[in-house]
Amino acid sequence: MNKLEARNVNVFYGPNQVIKDVSISIKKNTVTAFIGPSGCGKSTFLRLFNRMNDYIDIFKMEGRIEIDGSDIYDKQIRVEELRKQIGMVFQKPNPFPKTIYENVIYGLRIQGIKDKKILDEVVEKSLKQAALWEEVKDKLKNSALALSGGQQQRLCIARTLAVAPTVILMDEPASALDPISSAKVEELIYELKSQYTIVIVTHNMQQAGRVSDTTAFFYMGELVEHDSTKMIFTNPKNERTQNYITGRFG
Amino acid sequence: MPRIKEKIIETGLALAAVVTVLTTIGIIWVLFSQTIDFFSEVSIVDFLTDTQWTPLFADKHFGILPLVAGTFLTTTIAIIVALPIGLTIAVYLNEYAPKSFRKIVKPLLEILAAVPTVVYGFFALSVVTPFLQNIIPGMAGFNALSAGIVMGIMIIPLITSLSEDALFAVPKSLREASYGMGSTRLQTAFKVMVPAASSGIIVSVILGISRAVGETMIVAIAAGQQPRLTLNPLVPIETITTYIVQVSTGDVAHGSLEYRTIFAAGMALFVFTFILNNISYWVKKKFQEKYE
Repeated sequence: MNKLEARNVNVFYGPNQVIKDVSISIKKNTVTAFIGPSGCGKSTFLRLFNRMNDYIDIFKMEGRIEIDGSDIYDKQIRVEELRKQIGMVFQKPNPFPKTIYENVIYGLRIQGIKDKKILDEVVEKSLKQAALWEEVKDKLKNSALALSGGQQQRLCIARTLAVAPTVILMDEPASALDPISSAKVEELIYELKSQYTIVIVTHNMQQAGRVSDTTAFFYMGELVEHDSTKMIFTNPKNERTQNYITGRFG
Repeated sequence: MPRIKEKIIETGLALAAVVTVLTTIGIIWVLFSQTIDFFSEVSIVDFLTDTQWTPLFADKHFGILPLVAGTFLTTTIAIIVALPIGLTIAVYLNEYAPKSFRKIVKPLLEILAAVPTVVYGFFALSVVTPFLQNIIPGMAGFNALSAGIVMGIMIIPLITSLSEDALFAVPKSLREASYGMGSTRLQTAFKVMVPAASSGIIVSVILGISRAVGETMIVAIAAGQQPRLTLNPLVPIETITTYIVQVSTGDVAHGSLEYRTIFAAGMALFVFTFILNNISYWVKKKFQEKYE
């Protein structure tokens, strides 16, 4: 069974249709890259999977999105529960103005977990997973805002990992970072693949090529092509995909 | 020709600025000189430690503490009323309310802020006090409680408006981060947004306190005119501001010691609000850089 499944999804912002009849299947423990020019709907589509578009007043969706076979837009679904299962990392690092420690355990705090032993363990484990532990282990009580941009982003990833999701959505997670920090985040994505299903939106084609197993090319709200990353980059079936990846537009 | 016109405008603007500065200096000058005269006759130790304030009686005592206690009492009650309500409204408007509702409520709140304080005072005396007397038998007709409650209602718009600005200034990305972690709206509001906006909220409270300390009409009408060193909200008290009104409108001889007491009291008031405003300025400056 596929981990994530979208069937005939249409999205409207008021009168504008921003996603047009998109269907896609995403396998467990793979990295899928969404690429496409600005405004193609890839971010909007990504945010459908943890229902982050729900807060937009004029947002309307048709179709069906499933995780492990169950409809996430079903009325029975509690959106808070869904988001514990599907974590998200944003474009700009957005740590809370709290300590590093408090940032990591935020998700557990809101679930009411108070056991210091559990919290300490989770902090260490998550920061290690996010390849940040060695850099911050002696200053867990310092403000997260004092970290560099790259460290902040890895902290945000650690914060997401701490609630033990099965899927991680990443919305251009490295675009606001310098090349070295960016490389670290990419490396991290590669390592996380064994345990998580990752969907990443990126503007950076090389990045998509490096980290992803499959790539989906969006254009004007449509899913033009979804195939193995190798196929997309060496032998795209669609002419528009070819034009985009060879840099003829976008 | 246009150069001369420019000059005239410039001079006019500069004069306008000078007038306000001169006025301020003038006020402080009068306050200081009269206060110094006052303290040449009354010991500053008595002023700060005596527990009775009876300058208008035969047996004169000049202890400011009863007036400070009255001010403290009404202000505390006002903040206890205004902070939770004001902050709740701010959180509601910023996190929950649909845009259309916000558009209606904000101007309404501003109307609340535009009600003359004398109307509030009358409301406290003729509506709130009789209502409270039904619940609390034995409560005096003039008391700190109803004046404080009504003063709190008066301060709500101030706290709401400033707190809402502070909440609004918190980057949207923090809210998204919180939702993304599976927080409910309530958790997002009180575990992320309010702490992140805390400096602005603290400033709103300090300015609210400052407003309450200096508020005159409500307490003059509803809280009574009996300087009393007490924290009992059910009996008549007197605040610093009320005392100043009482003497200013009474028939105390100009230039007498009794007359100068109002400057000493005014000085005490000035020191309080000056300190409070400086604290709020400091808080604002200290915590503002956070997101920059």
